[in-house]
Amino acid sequence: MSAATKPASTEAALTMSGAEVVLRALKDNGVDVIFGYPGGAVLPIYDALFQQNAIRHILVRHEQAAVHAAEGYARSTGRVGCVLVTSGPGATNAVTGLVDALMDSIPVVCLTGQVPTHLIGNDAFQEADTTGITRPATKHNYLVKKPGDLARVMHEAFYVAKSGRPGPVVVDLPKDILINKAPYTEPPIAEHRSYRPQTEPDAEQVRKAVRLMKAAKRPIVYAGGGVINAGPEASRLLVEFVRMTGFPCTNTLMGLGAYPAGDQQFLGMLGMHGTYEANLAMHGCDVMLNIGARFDDRVTGRLNAFAPTSKKIHVDIDPSSINKNVPVEVPIVGDAGRVLAAMIECWKAEDAPQDTHVLTAWWRQIDEWRAKDCLRYRQEGKIIKPQHAVKRLYEITQELGRETFISTEVGQHQMWAAQYFGFAKPNRWMTSGGLGTMGYGLPAAMGVQIAHPDALCIDIAGEASILMNIQEMATLAQYRLPVKVFILNNEYMGMVRQWQELLHGGRYSESYSAALPDFVKLAESFHAKGIRVTDAADLDAGIREMIAYPGPVIADIAVAKDENCFPMIPSGAAHNEMILGPEQEGGVKGVTDEGKVLV
Amino acid sequence: MSETGNAQRAATIAVLVENEAGVLARVIGLFSGRGYNIDSLTVAPVDDTGRISRITVVTSGTEMVIDQIKAQLDRLVPVHKVSDLTMEGPHLTRELALIKVVGKGEHRMEALRLADAFRARVVDATTESFVFEMTGNADKIDAFCALMRPVGLVEVSRTGAVAIARGPRGLN
Ligand SMILES: Cc1cc2nc3c(=O)[nH]c(=O)nc-3n(C[C@H](O)[C@H](O)[C@H](O)COP(=O)(O)OP(=O)(O)OC[C@H]3O[C@@H](n4cnc5c(N)ncnc54)[C@H](O)[C@@H]3O)c2cc1C
Ligand SMILES: Cc1ncc(C[n+]2csc(CCOP(=O)(O)OP(=O)(O)O)c2C)c(N)n1
Ligand SMILES: [Mg+2]
Repeated sequence: MSAATKPASTEAALTMSGAEVVLRALKDNGVDVIFGYPGGAVLPIYDALFQQNAIRHILVRHEQAAVHAAEGYARSTGRVGCVLVTSGPGATNAVTGLVDALMDSIPVVCLTGQVPTHLIGNDAFQEADTTGITRPATKHNYLVKKPGDLARVMHEAFYVAKSGRPGPVVVDLPKDILINKAPYTEPPIAEHRSYRPQTEPDAEQVRKAVRLMKAAKRPIVYAGGGVINAGPEASRLLVEFVRMTGFPCTNTLMGLGAYPAGDQQFLGMLGMHGTYEANLAMHGCDVMLNIGARFDDRVTGRLNAFAPTSKKIHVDIDPSSINKNVPVEVPIVGDAGRVLAAMIECWKAEDAPQDTHVLTAWWRQIDEWRAKDCLRYRQEGKIIKPQHAVKRLYEITQELGRETFISTEVGQHQMWAAQYFGFAKPNRWMTSGGLGTMGYGLPAAMGVQIAHPDALCIDIAGEASILMNIQEMATLAQYRLPVKVFILNNEYMGMVRQWQELLHGGRYSESYSAALPDFVKLAESFHAKGIRVTDAADLDAGIREMIAYPGPVIADIAVAKDENCFPMIPSGAAHNEMILGPEQEGGVKGVTDEGKVLV
Repeated sequence: MSETGNAQRAATIAVLVENEAGVLARVIGLFSGRGYNIDSLTVAPVDDTGRISRITVVTSGTEMVIDQIKAQLDRLVPVHKVSDLTMEGPHLTRELALIKVVGKGEHRMEALRLADAFRARVVDATTESFVFEMTGNADKIDAFCALMRPVGLVEVSRTGAVAIARGPRGLN
């Protein structure tokens, strides 16, 4: 790598401070906005930021929110999100966000301040072992100890964050490195010394996969977040492939939007709160194409009962995802987009005809499952069903036709958002899937709104989760970000309450949201608009008012307090043991202790 | 498709890494964080510039777990190459041990006789002690230590295994 780096100019090499080198590297890596919070160790960067216009700084109110905002920015644009925090508490506050980005494969570069190199290890003021703490929280991290390494490390951080399976990268910057002069070199063209993920698939494996799929009687495509990671072209190719093969397609929570929700061949989300048809099709399939999904336990249910009659093809850019939880017959390492393109080509080239007759029979079976209409609910009377609130939100945004981005917090509302809000395109859906971080949604929506100033950005929230990063309302006010917070207020940590009802004898230990704030006044005190809706008859008007308002809004929607999220595969159960609704809750009593130990 | 069976096997894995700060912590953290076994681990720079280090790790697990270990190692950014010497054919494993034995009279004579039989060298001696140096595979060192115990073994220092494939083929 170093062989290909050349000094920008000898003068520049001598005149720039470390902080200026950092900013120049950000600019040369395409960064236009950075989410951050100042402190002693990063003051030189803040000073340099003050003296330039190329990079916009968004001042968050908590460092965790800076990372989630960068995640929202990254997921909605396909670019690397960028964060700047100070040493010690700044860095430790960022850790939850970093792990969130790691679990969900989101490219983020997080710059952390550090005490000067000569004080490292001395328990200096606001010193924390940031590289030590974040080593398992990041894809990779760096501590810059020499001015000569600074530019290279900055460029490498961006390369690592976005290449292969994306993830968060921390660059820890001691203050002396920022203040002293440092040479600048442009981003290198040469390959990285050791990190070179494989993106092109092995042609023979692709052929094997296509042969298997052509002969399939009960095929299914199970597509995940990796398709989103691979860029919008991969989603387009997924649609092309699914249409061409006539296969049914299901998406994971992280994959929503990769395949258009309204399409006939789409079975909805699969997994713990997935649809009946998606889960039974997974259970009964004979050939499964997993593309960019990681056989998460929320998806597979009990492993020894997972798709027992299937042969599996697994496409993933990260070889460690393959054969991790579920052994597969045809592993394919590569980028989802490249693999889909290769499969389409190979499918066309292979002469073997497809038995459309058996496929029709499979669809007949799937349509029977569909006929169960597992997501139906009854909205009657004044009390708003949370499902109905999401459904109306979806329908009204559809009707308005504005570019819409949805983020969520974590809990039942998140699952209802996944079930009832249809996504036609990738990159419109931001949710914390792997870590399940309450407090993700508001800052993520903030990051999305920064990237898409004219779009409609809505955080579908729970009343408990929203309080975890509520301070970001001030950021919305400062930057006039018209984010809408749509709270499904059931006065409970509903997801916790649901598990307590179903698995712990209805003992609602500490899951009631007591002493809630008045969200209307809370909104107003943050210079936003507050709306409260308590009657189903007023729901549509409330939604329209929220959307029409040009600034930030909190819409506090009082919903049924005891509604459970169905369908549900209880932990430790198999796909074909799912519970469809309250009438079947008795079935949950069968959960074994083995199931109960699962999260 | 990898083996789904529960049969455990040992694996000696050689890992070539960029010799940079924290690289060993990454490897060890990976093993502890994901609950893999480390039976032994050695590390030292191996190229003339000192930029590349070789880590030899002896581990055990089911075939699926060992495949995971290799894949997880390989995705670490500073890792150049991962090689499962156990799977890839015949290889040599060696370990160095320094073994201190204290005793007088007949015990001293017995210690020297055993050392001779095991080709251990005396590298330090006082009137009441020896330090023996021996190389070999782990079994040989284990056996030597077991025999020395009743003779007056007081301390053992071992390097852990280093390993290399037989034949002309190199790892890089
Ligand atoms: C309360 C709650 C309930 C949940 N319930 C469900 C549920 O019912 N159903 C559900 O599906 N999830 C559910 N989840 C989410 C779940 O925990 C996982 O986050 C999710 O299932 C993982 O999605 P994924 O398999 O698509 O993988 P991701 O986490 O998106 O990982 C992407 C995979 O693709 C690979 N990849 C990345 N880039 C590329 C590329 N360019 N090309 C190819 N491969 C690539 C990665 O290596 C990785 O293996 C729930 C989460 C919460 C918090
Ligand atoms: C930071 C964090 N702490 C705890 C949890 C565990 N948890 C998951 S869902 C949930 C309740 C969320 O309540 P609310 O935001 O009101 O959403 P609801 O389920 O009621 O829709 C809790 C506590 C979590 N996911 N994240
Ligand atoms: Mg709630």
